[in-house]
Amino acid sequence: MSRKITRRKVLAGTAAGAALATLKFPAPAIAQKAPFKLGLLTVKTGPLAEGGIQMEQGVITFLKQKNYMMGGRKVDLVSADTGGNPAGAKTKVQELVERDKVDVILGPLASFELYAISDYIIQHKMPTLSLAAAQDLTQRKPNPYLLRASATSSQAMQPMGHYAATEMKLKRVVTISEDFAFGYEQMGGFQAAFEKDGGCITKKLWPPIVTPDYTPYLAQINDCDGVCQGFAGSNPLRFMKQYHSFGLKLPVCTGETGGDDALLKSFGDEAVGLISACPYTLDLENDSNKRFVDGMMKNYNTVPGFYAAGLYVNCQVVDAGLKALGGDVSNKEKFLETMKGLSIADTPRGPIKFDHLGNVVGNIFIRKLGKEGAKYGLKLWNKTVKTYENVSQFWVWPEKEYLAEPVYTRSYPPVKKC
Amino acid sequence: MNFWILLAVNSITFGGLLFLLSAGFSLIFGLMRIPNLTHGSLFMLGAYVGATLIMGILSVQLDFWLAAVLSALVVAAFGALIERLLLRRLPGEPLAQVLVTLGISFMVADFCLMVWGGDPISVATPTHLVGFVRYGVAVFPLYRLAIIGIAAVVAVALWLLLERTRLGAMIRAGVDDPDMARVVGIRVSQIFTIVFGLGAALAGFAGIIGGPILSVYPGLDQDMLPLALVVVILGGTGSLLGSFVGSLIVGFLYNFGQALLPELAYFILFLPMLLVLVLRPQGLFGRQLP
Amino acid sequence: MSRGVLGLAGLAAAFLALVTLPLWLTQIYYVNVASQILFYAIFAFGVNLLLGYAGLVSLGHAGLFGIASYATAYLLAAGWGHPLSIIAALIIGLFSTAIFAALSLRTSGIGFIMITLALGEILWGLAYRWISVTNGDNGINVHTRPTPFGFSLTSAEAFYYVTFVVFLICAILVAIFVRSPLGAALRGTRDQPRRMTALGYHVWMIRFWACMFSGLLTCVAGILFVYYNQFISPQTLALTSSAEVVLMVISGGPATLLGPVVGSALVVIVKSVVSGYIARWNFLLGAIFVAIVILMPEGLVPGTVRLWKLGWRRATTRRPSVLKTGGPPA
Repeated sequence: MSRKITRRKVLAGTAAGAALATLKFPAPAIAQKAPFKLGLLTVKTGPLAEGGIQMEQGVITFLKQKNYMMGGRKVDLVSADTGGNPAGAKTKVQELVERDKVDVILGPLASFELYAISDYIIQHKMPTLSLAAAQDLTQRKPNPYLLRASATSSQAMQPMGHYAATEMKLKRVVTISEDFAFGYEQMGGFQAAFEKDGGCITKKLWPPIVTPDYTPYLAQINDCDGVCQGFAGSNPLRFMKQYHSFGLKLPVCTGETGGDDALLKSFGDEAVGLISACPYTLDLENDSNKRFVDGMMKNYNTVPGFYAAGLYVNCQVVDAGLKALGGDVSNKEKFLETMKGLSIADTPRGPIKFDHLGNVVGNIFIRKLGKEGAKYGLKLWNKTVKTYENVSQFWVWPEKEYLAEPVYTRSYPPVKKC
Repeated sequence: MNFWILLAVNSITFGGLLFLLSAGFSLIFGLMRIPNLTHGSLFMLGAYVGATLIMGILSVQLDFWLAAVLSALVVAAFGALIERLLLRRLPGEPLAQVLVTLGISFMVADFCLMVWGGDPISVATPTHLVGFVRYGVAVFPLYRLAIIGIAAVVAVALWLLLERTRLGAMIRAGVDDPDMARVVGIRVSQIFTIVFGLGAALAGFAGIIGGPILSVYPGLDQDMLPLALVVVILGGTGSLLGSFVGSLIVGFLYNFGQALLPELAYFILFLPMLLVLVLRPQGLFGRQLP
Repeated sequence: MSRGVLGLAGLAAAFLALVTLPLWLTQIYYVNVASQILFYAIFAFGVNLLLGYAGLVSLGHAGLFGIASYATAYLLAAGWGHPLSIIAALIIGLFSTAIFAALSLRTSGIGFIMITLALGEILWGLAYRWISVTNGDNGINVHTRPTPFGFSLTSAEAFYYVTFVVFLICAILVAIFVRSPLGAALRGTRDQPRRMTALGYHVWMIRFWACMFSGLLTCVAGILFVYYNQFISPQTLALTSSAEVVLMVISGGPATLLGPVVGSALVVIVKSVVSGYIARWNFLLGAIFVAIVILMPEGLVPGTVRLWKLGWRRATTRRPSVLKTGGPPA
């Protein structure tokens, strides 16, 4: 029950926070205004709840640290559970916008949820800071009301491809990922970058989302010197375990969901050696990350992963936007433009800014999973081995050239003979 | 060659796991005519309870096998409770049975999320079964081979229980003709509780035995229930042999289908299920469906 | 006599309440919730025809629902325009229903449940994998709602009224159907299939037409769904969606006209409204289902009617004789 955050508790926390804030500082005139309403679309029930619960933890950790004040205004958090399906996302975005009249939306989690509400947030001119990685919404079909401070599906996988080719010295790689859009886009990004630097993808395997046993696919991993997996949710755990149990020793690389820090407490020895590329890393040494991780440990006794960090950074963006406008967000367009123009130096993932399509430009960390340096009671640790700075969603390609290519799919880029 | 041997052996081990999963479902369905849609939830509950016992509570860590037996008992108690409090009010009412079993599965899923959170939990392979068996160039995990053995032991034990013991005879009598069984002094209501508890125990046991391969996570229930249904349909309802053969068939279909027909991976189990139902509605080996 | 009057008065009041709903539900959000209840009720009508009146539980109807939704969205994206897309979606939906019925009606009972489940899972898989048509899990957006006779459905109120009218038509059609000779024959096939055959009824054909009507209602609901959400993706076709609508029907009361509406209201309100206040709403929904089975195993509507009649009898009988109504002595 400790995780349960009811609306009432949040409001109570808000009131207490506001009271504290007014005690500490002379209240600026603006603080007398109506509270700023922060809407969160997340998933707290069903199979996607793992990431969704962390999203909420990230937001609440931020708000607690700020005593529920942003830009001099009291914050009301309205947290909505979509149940992880598009119809639920639509209903809940209506609840947030039409009934609760929120000023900004954080979330949703999954790409299909974001696609389901994309038209709606345009109609209602609602600034939305999403975690969902659907590439085209900041690329070929950009949604002007969307800001993404996390990453597109292939944003981290492109540096991963570069690293695999140049530093891991891999030549021939088999990719394996869930048979759906997030998988296609991740593996497509990896393939494009890896092949650009001289690597070769020999085979692409696509198990369905629900695959209790990966053995039929593991049996096909041959004629290669490395494996790239793009699993999400609890699947990376199962995949790595089964991969290891069949005695496969080839190096494995992955993206932000496949090697997420939140999985460190679940992984066992089978994951040692896993190389992952992620827009956030637990071991980044900066003030903001220290505050964030300490807050997560204090509030929830758990280390944050990518989902919690993504939402924490989203909150920082909203906070900075509010500050810049003196707490006045009556003009949504102006609020959006202000946030888009921000560049924030101290976030848990290092400095970030946005490109003109609203997608983040920031660090991508390459980490190696091992036992060395483990903190916070963990047995395993993702140790950063390389940081790619200022990575944009287009990687090294010019924007025009990148957008002229079709979006990555199951069969694009194709597997070449090599 | 390696590839084919690997797939064939794995088909049998996966079939073994499916047998553990579906035997309880088949038992309850075959004997009591209850479509127990909580079966996936019982599987998941067993896995969560077992994983917790293995990781240790109150600084007492249990051995894998002890934990498996204990979690099976916990789940059996839960199943018996469901039968005594709810299902026994609803004999011969399949619609109400569907409603109540699905309702309970919603509650169990949310309960697990509440207690264990959303993070997946890894179940460690029992230490004496870590490692591989080598056959030429083929490598196969020892634990998976052990599953074949566990499934075989469970199958024989169930067969002995049903065919060779007094309890088994009473169960069969109670199922064939409950009124007559009552007349000769068998307490049918008690028998039904035992059967349901036994089916639940098998589900919970399967959950923890599957743990080192599947791990435990929210949604495991929804992933496993359809598999149990496919096994029962392909094998036919109401017979132990049916679910045994059905499990093996599904094991082979799953492994070879996914490897050879990746384009059809999403339907690889349901297409054959549909075909069987259309051509032989009673299942491959079953009696006429009710 | 007075009970019939009461019933009519209740219906009239409900009708009036629904007609004026956007006036007293000042929040647009709740008007939208009401629209959802109505189109899910149409879906539940469709499932109830088979489940309640024919005794055939389908766990694959979300597949048919999805086919109509996808057909509408796909054709709209291909530039067909609203009227043509809707008509074509209905035709495609009915055609699919015919195949669905031809395959699944080879059995009844558990066999029917399993065949429909397999069909539903295959359609769900197709939605994921037939990417050239369905756009995979990214789904298809429907950018506009239709404007019949120049009346735009963009606003929540307008969409509500159209849904309400469609709902009324469907409810009337269902009421006519179940009172028709075909409806009576359908109930006959549920209770006494062998005797019906012996009496010369073509049981398969009766079930087939019930299936087709059920499919029609399901497709109508699917089209309203896709226009309401303006989006369709594979999750809509999942087994859980099929199970959900079956739960609506069973909890509301199978083989009643009002049951599916009450069941739909229950599920939609818990999912959309209550979930805003209670984090463990899934648990609550499960607990409600269990409570219904304990208190009113026949469903909310028949159960309430039973309790009402009981209360009515108590109230109208001045001195109930304990000996007569008290049941057998312990």
